[in-house]
Amino acid sequence: MTDFLNLLVSGVALGAQYSLVALGFVVIYRATGVINFAQGGFCVLGAYLAYNFHNTWGVPFYLALVLTALAGAGVGALVDVTVLRRFVGQPPFVVIMLTIGLLILIEQIVPSVWGADPLPLGDPWGLRTVSPGGVDIKVSDLWTVGIVAVVLAGFFAFFRFSRMGVAMRATAVDLEAAMAQGIPAHRVYRVSWSIAGLVAALAGLTLAAGGGGVRLDIELVALTAFPVIILGGLDSPGGAVAGGLLIGVAQVMSGKYQPEHATWLGQGFPIVMPYVVMIIVLLVRPYGLFGQRKVRRI
Amino acid sequence: MARPGTLLVTRPEQRLRLLPTNWYKAFVILLAVVWLTVPINLSDAWLDVLARCGVAAIGAIGLNLLTGYTGQISLAHAFFIAIGAYTAAWLGVRSDLPFLLWLPATFVVGALVGALFGPFALRVRGDYLAILSIGLLYIGQHIFVNWTSFTGGRPGTSTGAPAAIGPLDFADLNLFDQAYSRRQGLFWLVWLVVAIVALLARNIVRTRPGRAMQAVRDRDVAAEVVGVSNARYTISAFALSSGLAAVAGGLYGVVALTVSPADFGGAPGLLLSVQYVAMIIIGGIGTIGGAVAGAVVVVAIPRVIEQISNSVAIPFVGPGEPISLFAFNNMIYGALVIVTLVFEPRGMVAGWERVKAYWRTWPLAD
Repeated sequence: MTDFLNLLVSGVALGAQYSLVALGFVVIYRATGVINFAQGGFCVLGAYLAYNFHNTWGVPFYLALVLTALAGAGVGALVDVTVLRRFVGQPPFVVIMLTIGLLILIEQIVPSVWGADPLPLGDPWGLRTVSPGGVDIKVSDLWTVGIVAVVLAGFFAFFRFSRMGVAMRATAVDLEAAMAQGIPAHRVYRVSWSIAGLVAALAGLTLAAGGGGVRLDIELVALTAFPVIILGGLDSPGGAVAGGLLIGVAQVMSGKYQPEHATWLGQGFPIVMPYVVMIIVLLVRPYGLFGQRKVRRI
Repeated sequence: MARPGTLLVTRPEQRLRLLPTNWYKAFVILLAVVWLTVPINLSDAWLDVLARCGVAAIGAIGLNLLTGYTGQISLAHAFFIAIGAYTAAWLGVRSDLPFLLWLPATFVVGALVGALFGPFALRVRGDYLAILSIGLLYIGQHIFVNWTSFTGGRPGTSTGAPAAIGPLDFADLNLFDQAYSRRQGLFWLVWLVVAIVALLARNIVRTRPGRAMQAVRDRDVAAEVVGVSNARYTISAFALSSGLAAVAGGLYGVVALTVSPADFGGAPGLLLSVQYVAMIIIGGIGTIGGAVAGAVVVVAIPRVIEQISNSVAIPFVGPGEPISLFAFNNMIYGALVIVTLVFEPRGMVAGWERVKAYWRTWPLAD
């Protein structure tokens, strides 16, 4: 039973990281209809920026955490202003390719600046664990879950109560009607990209914390986050979190139980498990579990 | 009286001709001459690059039929290329079938698997389909690693399938008492297949199936209303595109001699698929010539940069400098995609058309 609880906890922590990445996708998709393939690149940048703030410039860790989030938001806004703004309303594959081009650029710029070897983040959490009731929980996992909870609460408050949040929701429903009401679409887009950059930087930081280290393959987490956003529905923040937790727990569980009970699925099955789940869900519900069905007109 | 120029199109058939003007005929003859003479004049290293360009051109034509003409986004192209490579290894190397049997068989296997994936595209659309196809890459990776009897598992399998058409063995060519190297022979073979595939694709897109595919792309519901079956043409496009990808994979195996899941599965597979999408974007979405041109540019650029960096030092780039050559290549390629999309979203072909239109109407156009 303790075993099971341990797995559950690490699954939830993994899922929380997926959720952070997925939230970034969802914010951009809702506002601009773009799937941002460069989200993984934002995560890597976030992790390396955190390294710079904390280790190179000696900023205390928790202040560095805040600075990283802000810097991530800056990166997002910069990308929107310099490149993405020109492509509003283009066919999906054009924008997909554009963000992939960005990803390729970022993943080459990062090793050119920081080198290809993993770096220690030097976070105060390290490999420490706490054990309430015999269940081992990594401190960094607790913080990850905490950060996700704060971000989610922030999301809810922002979209529910702030003027900008409501404007973003209106833009997501109908761009033209929103503009007719005087909502500045460009600012909505910029804020969306900033938020996406912010959560991505936080996700990168949590992935590098807890002994993971600052390394290039952090960006791969964004690929695993694809099934998560599809599962939850591309335009549903709540779905992103639900999907993240579901995939996280399922991945950790299958990592433990599949080699014992279902060897016929082959080695390394937990890695592909999210994709299998995604395909099955898409066949039953083509717009994810919480996604909005699009009305198609002639 | 002077004949009306080619600018004036009075009948629809004029647009549908395979070779609309004498310039096109001259161009085709020129290409044939280049094809015949290039291997005699170039080094083996460059011929290898060009053979890989040709392999990519076949795959890119396939992807363009699917994405450019039918409007379905797929990032699973690498998966179908892998299927082709493994099937060719199975039929060509281990069963020792001749070229004219294993290559069509590879097409058929690829097309069948593609047709199985096609129905997904009817249910799932646009962005969702793109991500679904990424899922196929990862599941493919899993299968390629675990199904060792077919794929050789992680270490991969050798893929030097026979490349002889009748008495002409392109892998070891001997013509008129003149021996040619493997690279020379394979260049001729690969680009011969490119020509056949391009002709096939061109004939498809200028006749009824091609028009139906474009109708599905432009407005699928409206296409259905006027009697174009969405299901039929979407699934056919997937089958055709996957079949051509498989042919490209089979030929890739012949050129590269071994393949492993590290070439096609998971993240490397995604990069490969993205490269194919980049080819059709840089070359020109929805054109056959654009697919070929884009394939040549995307595959050849890293080698050209490598050559340049051997003679001229690029600042900050190279061994010991902050930017490795590999990283620099990828930066160029990422930047190329972005620049193309920003300045010429319809690719090199559109740029060429613009130049052509300017001179054809000169001095009337501005």
